[in-house]
Amino acid sequence: MSSHRGFILPYLTSAPLGGRILLGVLALLAVLVPFLNLAFPPESALHVPTYVVALVGKYLCFALLAISVDLIWGYCGILSLGHGAFFSLGGYAMGMYLMRQIGDRGVYKDPILPDFMVFLNWKELPWYWYGFDSFPFAMLMVLLAPGLLALVFGFFAFRSRVTGVYLSIITQAMTFALLLAFFRNDMGFGGNNGLTDFKDILGFNLQSDATRIGLFVASALALAGGYLLSLFIVKSKLGRVLVAIRDAESRARFLGYRVEHYKLFVFTVSAMMAGVAGALYVPQVGIINPSEFSPANSIEIVVWVALGGRGTLHGAALGAVLVNFAKTYLTGAAPEFWLYFLGALFILVTILLPKGIAGLLGNAPDSWTAFSKIGARLSSLFPGRAP
Amino acid sequence: MRAALRIIALVIAAALASTAAAQTDDATLTKLVADLGQKSFSKKSKAIDALFATGDPRVAAILEAMLSRNLYKQKSDNAILVKTKKDGKSVYQNPLTKTAIETTSKLKKVRINNKLRKKLRGAIGSLSLQNKDPVKRIAAADAVFKSRTKGMLAPLEAALSSEPDDAVRDRMRRALSAIQLVHKSDPEVRVAAVKTLGEFADPEVRGLLNSLLVKRGDGSHAEANVTIRAAAEEVLTAAERSAAFWGTVQNLFQGISLGSVLLLAAIGLAITFGVMGVINMAHGEMVMLGAYTTFVVQDIIRTTAPGLFDLSLFIAIPAAFLVAGAVGVAIERGVIRFLYGRPLETLLATWGISLVLQQFVRSVFGPTNREVGTPSWMQGAIQTAEGLTLTYNRIAIIVFSLMVMGVLLLVLRRTWFGLQMRAVTQNRPMASAMGIRTGWVDAMTFGLGSGIAGIAGVALSQIDNVSPNLGQSYIIDSFLVVVFGGVGNLWGTLVGALSLGVVNKFLEPYAGAVLGKIFVLVVVILFIQKRPRGLFALKGRAVES
Amino acid sequence: MKPFGKVARGLAIAGATAGLMMTSAVQAADTIKVGVLHSLSGTMAISETTLKDTVLMMVDDLNKKGGLLGKKVEAVVVDPASNWPLFAEKARELITAKKVDVVFGCWTSVSRKSVLPVFEELNSMLFYPVQYEGEESSRNVFYTGAAPNQQAIPAVEYLMSEDGGSAKRWVLLGTDYVYPRTTNKILRAFLKSKSVKEEDIMENYTPFGHSDWQTIVAEVKKFAGAGKKTAVVSTINGDANVPFYKELANQGIKAEDIPVVAFSVGEEELAGLDTKPLVGHLAAWNYFMSVETSENEAFIKKWHAFIKDEKRVTNDPMEAHYIGFNMWVQAVKQAGTTDVDAVRQAMYGQKVKNLTGGISVMNTNHHLSKPVLIGEVQEDGQFDTVWSTDGLVVGDAWSDYIPESAKLTADWTYPWVCGNCVKPNHMTN
Repeated sequence: MSSHRGFILPYLTSAPLGGRILLGVLALLAVLVPFLNLAFPPESALHVPTYVVALVGKYLCFALLAISVDLIWGYCGILSLGHGAFFSLGGYAMGMYLMRQIGDRGVYKDPILPDFMVFLNWKELPWYWYGFDSFPFAMLMVLLAPGLLALVFGFFAFRSRVTGVYLSIITQAMTFALLLAFFRNDMGFGGNNGLTDFKDILGFNLQSDATRIGLFVASALALAGGYLLSLFIVKSKLGRVLVAIRDAESRARFLGYRVEHYKLFVFTVSAMMAGVAGALYVPQVGIINPSEFSPANSIEIVVWVALGGRGTLHGAALGAVLVNFAKTYLTGAAPEFWLYFLGALFILVTILLPKGIAGLLGNAPDSWTAFSKIGARLSSLFPGRAP
Repeated sequence: MRAALRIIALVIAAALASTAAAQTDDATLTKLVADLGQKSFSKKSKAIDALFATGDPRVAAILEAMLSRNLYKQKSDNAILVKTKKDGKSVYQNPLTKTAIETTSKLKKVRINNKLRKKLRGAIGSLSLQNKDPVKRIAAADAVFKSRTKGMLAPLEAALSSEPDDAVRDRMRRALSAIQLVHKSDPEVRVAAVKTLGEFADPEVRGLLNSLLVKRGDGSHAEANVTIRAAAEEVLTAAERSAAFWGTVQNLFQGISLGSVLLLAAIGLAITFGVMGVINMAHGEMVMLGAYTTFVVQDIIRTTAPGLFDLSLFIAIPAAFLVAGAVGVAIERGVIRFLYGRPLETLLATWGISLVLQQFVRSVFGPTNREVGTPSWMQGAIQTAEGLTLTYNRIAIIVFSLMVMGVLLLVLRRTWFGLQMRAVTQNRPMASAMGIRTGWVDAMTFGLGSGIAGIAGVALSQIDNVSPNLGQSYIIDSFLVVVFGGVGNLWGTLVGALSLGVVNKFLEPYAGAVLGKIFVLVVVILFIQKRPRGLFALKGRAVES
Repeated sequence: MKPFGKVARGLAIAGATAGLMMTSAVQAADTIKVGVLHSLSGTMAISETTLKDTVLMMVDDLNKKGGLLGKKVEAVVVDPASNWPLFAEKARELITAKKVDVVFGCWTSVSRKSVLPVFEELNSMLFYPVQYEGEESSRNVFYTGAAPNQQAIPAVEYLMSEDGGSAKRWVLLGTDYVYPRTTNKILRAFLKSKSVKEEDIMENYTPFGHSDWQTIVAEVKKFAGAGKKTAVVSTINGDANVPFYKELANQGIKAEDIPVVAFSVGEEELAGLDTKPLVGHLAAWNYFMSVETSENEAFIKKWHAFIKDEKRVTNDPMEAHYIGFNMWVQAVKQAGTTDVDAVRQAMYGQKVKNLTGGISVMNTNHHLSKPVLIGEVQEDGQFDTVWSTDGLVVGDAWSDYIPESAKLTADWTYPWVCGNCVKPNHMTN
């Protein structure tokens, strides 16, 4: 990565305002949250409870996931309705490592086999579980499993020039097929219960505050890294080709660009980012199961991006955090009505904020102008005649 | 000739019945009836046998009351009472004298289980073999076949000798052979019985014959006689030969039926998404609204005009179309019209709408499943002797889906509205310049797509849960079908749905339900590589954008 | 200056957000709080909303009687939205932020597995009210639903008996997840011990929400045509049941020919169905709404009054919450505190009148002793009990039919103090 620093640093300073805020907030969180969590006793008003740490850590993973989707959707026009699959594969790779770390502390006390295998009468570890006891190997798989799937899937899809909704729907079919496959108990990934009851990571107890803080900081760093990497890509010449492909694919092809290569590259990078997000997500929430593959989850990711502002990167992160915070808050505060609020939020943002929430911060000279824009839009919505 | 025979037989039967009746006095009968109230099911079973053996004409009514759970035991003296309804009120009667009884004691329902139910049906059947209605006589013969109790041999033989209707005679012969096979000891009679049963060879008969071939735990055969086993085997191998062919036919039917369900679910989406380009995530909720409309319609019919229940679906279809269509128009006018030119953002807005609608239905109707009844004409199945089962509800759905498709094609191709709709979707500015009110056409088109989704909901309510989650379970399949068939092409949706259904059903027996579905998804993904615009791709430059 | 102002505003928003989350954590404990962790939206809302209402009813009732330990009892409801990781998150929120003293919740096994580490880490208490696969005993969970030995095995024994129709051939149908897999594994071992041959058992798994049952029902029919009395044991989950039973009815499978005994179908599931063609199919539970006892009558009356709908039914998991809640109340009274460790000690041996006329006991393996009832579906959507155990059956955390688990013992009292041990943790000489 160090050789790239020379390229990345300039982008740090030239990042758009929203991006700078994002990085600033991340830096602040990465320092402040551990400090407030560890330095103050739970009784103190300044104490950040561990519960909040895990929660914000989860949001950060989702934000990284959203950025990965924005990278391909916002800048290359690839609407993936199956990005949850890459996220989950990364999660499963991490989950398998964590499962192997349990060792003989499972309920059946088998030193090698995870509980669910003992339970299903499996006598030995399936071959694809080999190696996952090693952290570096597992981390490699976190990148490789989603990366390879994206590479193969993308290779065929882009070569055949599957575009638009056709591509969206086959990505959805892909994640749905994976959902069904992982859900089968015979596959050896724990079936519907998935992988759970993790004990420790790299020897650190997953239930200790310090480990949680560590994972939190790692998530913040990964998000910042993912953001900068994406920024680097989109600001480079490559990024401009991507935008060209997004806006006029045939024209870009006729100009001599190997469109499918560009698409494949950015699709694979995005899938790997999603995988990293999944890998950081699993130890923080403590479970990975096939429901993460569900098409509805993947659609939700796209919704976060659209809500935050497509094609801005920082907007995607903002959308992910905002929607998930709303979910956390509303499922507790208004358990019977929260879907109304969330649904209304989606509808209103689409109508009133075509550029998403990031559009408010975006290039407008003053945010108040943006608000007045909403007003103008509102009044234009009800002129009493069809547009 | 037949009529004369029938009269003679009736006279004999009446004479038999009357002598039998004379043999049982009320006191014995009362005691036998009281035995029905014992706790143990095996004792109840013996009591039924004893009661049946009396041949008393009053027995049938008592057994029928027992079958319909209207028999009660009075706790004070263990007497049995029959519950009947009079002017909407429950009245208890003495089972023999039919006199009403005012009871103050606690009453306990006489419980039956599956075994007794089967026995009761057989007994009641053999007592109604002489019924005037041939349909009832067939049902009686089939009930006798199922329970095949020894005591039914005589009444069955008597009924057979006087039966004028050939179809009924066949069913009676089938029942008679079954009883002979099970209860007679003469090998010749039994071989003849197997041969007679061979004429039918339906699944039930095959089950009976198979039971002869079963090997016991100690290696001995359930049927000791080799000749009879050989005769049974012969019948079974003959039936086996045609089974493979009929199995394929059955599979094909199931595939088409699954396909028609997919078609119904997708056809509305083929308009809102396929024709209009709205990524309509609320499509499933339109289907759900249709299903709930059916529930409401049935609920109203149940309370106001129960006689109309069999027609409830015909009332529900236009109602569902209007409800879902109106919601569709409202969505289009309220939200989607602001988003034309930004098709991808319709995904976000309709996703929000879908969440709101789901929660709305949950708030209004509650989160639990709602019961949508099946009209009597949609219950049951055509069962052929070869083992083919064609259920009426599936047949109805296949026919219905094709009708919806046909009507929709007519609307699009042959009506003024269809013309305007095609004009607007193909070239909006030009259509507008020609004086078409594009806004109105958009609203109506979205309303049409939603209304059709609502109609689909009426059909799906017959085979699936009516719950707030109904729509969610069809949305993915719907998109898959539309895309597989080719966006914007209704024929594509039709062919796509049917072929996916058939492929799925042919894979399922080999791969199992889960793997079968995975294979179908993989097939679709691979297929799209071959034809990136679906089965029936639209041609021209417009599709590039 | 301007950009800086925006950064500051962004930070202020973030700060406010964090603040919002923390305020809920700081609350005075002048009430006793009962957490309710049941999905109110998503796929499981169908089943779980009823259980949320049951707990609310019990809390309401308790408050009318003057509360607990002189304090008012407050139910804290959250919606984990049928999302398994969200279950863990909400459990943590209930325990740490809302400071509840006990939680009633979960339906699916995966949701329980998801929250289990949270309850163990934070040493809180969960009452889990649904029949499940066993193979678990956590110090922090009380299992008030049936274990496999309280449901599956008695049901199969009944079908094998003379009264049940002496079934000789078995179809095990289930949704592909851990509960059906385990139950069927246990049943297979049990059937073999009753000398049922391998070729007389058919096992089939389907995905959640499976809605097209044509092929499978046809296969069952074919399998049953082999001349031996056949019975179906169904561990099909929730949503998939309605289309399954509709297909059964339409293909003309009568209970007299091929009885289906289900472990996940209760009054609530039947409420969405026309049960006339299904009369005689069976279910095995620890409770039926049709059971005639004065306790049950009072419970149903209370339920109808609370939910303001005379048509709503009651079911087995509701009874489990009824027993669990009452036991917890008794244990808290006995302990004089809501402190988890004290209440847990008071739970053991706690007796509560169940709704079927017996007295259920909490055992030291955290499972209840309950009666087993087998009922046949009736036209009115209720079950008629056709068989029941004479006494109570002790819930077995570890099945004797799975070799790895047969040797394990769950006993959370001295000297064992263990959920899965082969020998006591504290040896006594």
